[in-house]
Amino acid sequence: MSVTPTSTDMTKSAGGKAQGWNQNPWVSYLLRRGMYFVVSMFVLVSLSFLLVQLIPGDPARISAGEAAPAELVEQRRTELGLDRPVIIQYLAFWGGLFTGDLGESITSRMPVIDVIMTRAPATLEIALIAVALTLVTSICLGLLFGALTRGDKRPGTEVGFTGATGILGVIPEFLAGIILVYFFAVNLDLVPVAGRSDFSSYILPVVALALGSTAGLTRIVRAEALNVLRQDYVRTARAKRMNPVRLYGRHVLPNLLTSTLTISGMMLGSMIAGTVLVENIFAWPGLGGTIVESIQGKDYPLVQGIIIFYGSLVLLINLIVDIVLITIDPRTALDKS
Amino acid sequence: MTARQRLLQVLGTPLGLLAIIGCFTLLFFTLFAPVIWGEEARMTNTDRILEPPSDEHIFGTDGSGRDIFKRTLVATQLSVVMALAATAAGVLGGIILGLLPLITGGRGGRYIVAGINIGVAFPGLLLAIAFSVILGESGLAAALAIAIAMMPNYGRLTHNLAASVWGRDFISAARVLGVPTWKIVARHVLPNVRDPLIVNAAMTAGNALVAFAGLSFLGLGIQVPQYDWGRLLNEGVSRIFVTPAPALVPGVAIILAGLTFVLLGEVLGKVLTPDTHRSLLSRIRQRKNLPDTTATSDEADVNEESVLSVRNLHVAAPADKTNWRPLVEGVSFDVAPGEIVGMVGESGSGKSLTLMSVAGLIESPLHVSADAAYFDGEHLKLQPDGHPSALDKHFGQKLAMVFQDPMSSLNPALQVGTQVAEPGMLHLGMSRKEAKDAAITRLNDVRIPEAERRFNQYPHEYSGGMRQRAMIAGGLMGKPSLILADEPTTALDVTVQAEILNLLRGINEAEGTAIMFVSHDIAVVTSLCTRVLVMYRGHLVEDISSADLRNGLAQHPYTKALMETVPTMESPRDRPMASIPDDADFSSGNSSDAETAPEESMR
Repeated sequence: MSVTPTSTDMTKSAGGKAQGWNQNPWVSYLLRRGMYFVVSMFVLVSLSFLLVQLIPGDPARISAGEAAPAELVEQRRTELGLDRPVIIQYLAFWGGLFTGDLGESITSRMPVIDVIMTRAPATLEIALIAVALTLVTSICLGLLFGALTRGDKRPGTEVGFTGATGILGVIPEFLAGIILVYFFAVNLDLVPVAGRSDFSSYILPVVALALGSTAGLTRIVRAEALNVLRQDYVRTARAKRMNPVRLYGRHVLPNLLTSTLTISGMMLGSMIAGTVLVENIFAWPGLGGTIVESIQGKDYPLVQGIIIFYGSLVLLINLIVDIVLITIDPRTALDKS
Repeated sequence: MTARQRLLQVLGTPLGLLAIIGCFTLLFFTLFAPVIWGEEARMTNTDRILEPPSDEHIFGTDGSGRDIFKRTLVATQLSVVMALAATAAGVLGGIILGLLPLITGGRGGRYIVAGINIGVAFPGLLLAIAFSVILGESGLAAALAIAIAMMPNYGRLTHNLAASVWGRDFISAARVLGVPTWKIVARHVLPNVRDPLIVNAAMTAGNALVAFAGLSFLGLGIQVPQYDWGRLLNEGVSRIFVTPAPALVPGVAIILAGLTFVLLGEVLGKVLTPDTHRSLLSRIRQRKNLPDTTATSDEADVNEESVLSVRNLHVAAPADKTNWRPLVEGVSFDVAPGEIVGMVGESGSGKSLTLMSVAGLIESPLHVSADAAYFDGEHLKLQPDGHPSALDKHFGQKLAMVFQDPMSSLNPALQVGTQVAEPGMLHLGMSRKEAKDAAITRLNDVRIPEAERRFNQYPHEYSGGMRQRAMIAGGLMGKPSLILADEPTTALDVTVQAEILNLLRGINEAEGTAIMFVSHDIAVVTSLCTRVLVMYRGHLVEDISSADLRNGLAQHPYTKALMETVPTMESPRDRPMASIPDDADFSSGNSSDAETAPEESMR
């Protein structure tokens, strides 16, 4: 059966083999996204350099203390490298970054990079577990409640859902932490109150970190699920009469992931920052306690190093989210190019 | 409805009441708590340290013997004022930042937008912590740090809103008149983006309050001897083993205040932006007294010679709290084997609903009922919600469905081939490989070029006509005895329409597949179909063969009027084309059944 295809059949082909590498939408997308990452890193490093420069008054005097003798202030100035011209300081800052030398902590005399390397794993653990938990829980629950309340069904369930997630959503992580500690560690004595030891010590910090974000993201996922369930292609899928697992898992979920991940990128970033508060409640041996101590102790090199760490972690997560996005749904990301 | 009326309406709901109570309570404690309890809250009493709750101290005392509850109330002022100050500064800065790209324009504007986008990537708390390095540890510094941290986010919101207004005609008109850019922004842009900015500011204030408490809790905000909720929390949490009140009471205060700002934002949102969605409350109140349909379930009533036979079908939608509005009323029809039956009618006449209820695709809140239904040798039991569950197993085998808009009816996230092959795996017991081979054969049958390669493509790589043919290919995976087609050519251009019609006609001739074809285009229907059903305002008003229809033997006035609108070679060229006026009413009498309707509705 050979019928000449009409002109309407000549569709635009995305990513044909004949195209050059720079025309390939994948390559150009990754290039643009990579550029954005590089520029953001540049801004991050420059800002953390400027943190010390912008301190009103004399940073060396503030760091050494109000009552410190003049020679101690000058010694501190040399230690911080503030006696050199600003441009030299800036270049040295970058040079140090590339050679893994972020300076030396003023209080502990340890290299900043060593402090970060020893304390970062604890922070990364709870951050990544909480991020994964948030994503999985809110996608499952949001999809479930979207399916239950679609087409204005079960208004009672909807009231309960909106109320519960609304209240949980406004509880900040540090309060969630305190409430959880009181009930589960102090009162019921089920898990350790603080510190990092075995599995059970991870539960409360992770839940405290994930709770508010999960509530917020679940609401968003449900709204997106209702939106997807209204689409014509879901009706098509229904007409094929498949079991709910396949309908929701195969036909609804991929369309849901795109918008959900787009929105959740920013939320995951704020969870990274939230670890600072949570770690301070649970005396978690990560960087959250260190950054507060170093700000109060005017330990500027350490502060700068930790801020670069947190900032690049956030940027990295956003980058990963975007790359996952175009892998799941090449159309949305690539059509923009 | 004006904003004032909406305000009164929203304040009458539980949500509005809670918001009002919350706001006034917060305002009261902010203004008066330090005046009333300030002295008592400052008094230390070393004899009464960390006491449990008593009559004198509702929630007990803290580490210096001070009343926890009163200290929490007094701390309202500092917490709320600092949060509001931070919000005011942050919102102002954000608005300026967001409008600046419009005012400067060009390259400078683009750099500002790029800067905003990079700023947004960093979480607010991290920015606030970073800025507190510069500003030092004090309440004002923390408020300023929060304000600065809030600016990129708010700036982006402002810029997005303003940019959407910027393209409108009245802006262009003002620019042509030579009004200075800053004046256009102030006079024309800002008033048009004001409402969403206000709603967002209320939500932002809640976030600022929580963030400020967070900084104070870390020791980077309010310093002793002053205290806000975060500071109280900081002092209380170290004693949580002894007594929970010093930590939990200010904690609850933070949550309640945060909730108040969220509620305020919700209420403002409802007042400032009209929402047509039915409220939850009205949906809960709606009683499910289903529409009254005389259910005389008599299976013998159906025509067992037909592929499809439906008797007395009703579809209704909820109209208000207790009533139902009928959309389809008492429709009965038969489709014989190998027949192509057309169903025509204007938009809203219920023709698509009829088809969808046959396919069991009507979803809540709509409600379907019917006396009897029969498909290909089997009587169908309708479930209470109108779903013909017995039909489920026939889909993909003996029954296929083609939808109106092939652009939206294929899943954009799945390969077309997967969607075509799916019925084979779901219903025909094929393996993945078998289903793929069968699907490629079917894609070839519906003349998809290079079917093997195109199997792996996504819908957006197909043209509209190809998508519709792929859709039909999916229906042909089994050996359907009936294809339900809901306006399958409406969304396509004319040449592609002809292709799809030819394809359907070819399937009908080659396989003897019956087709039920819904369309609003009577010209298409008369050329394709052997018989035509005419729907009008939820009723089936005419059941006529295409030949009779073409020969002007239509009986119902609506059908006649519809036929008049079709131009022919003999149509007079000097007169305007016939049309049916909007206010025309052909519903005379209760013509609810095609069998009896024609006689009644004559003249």
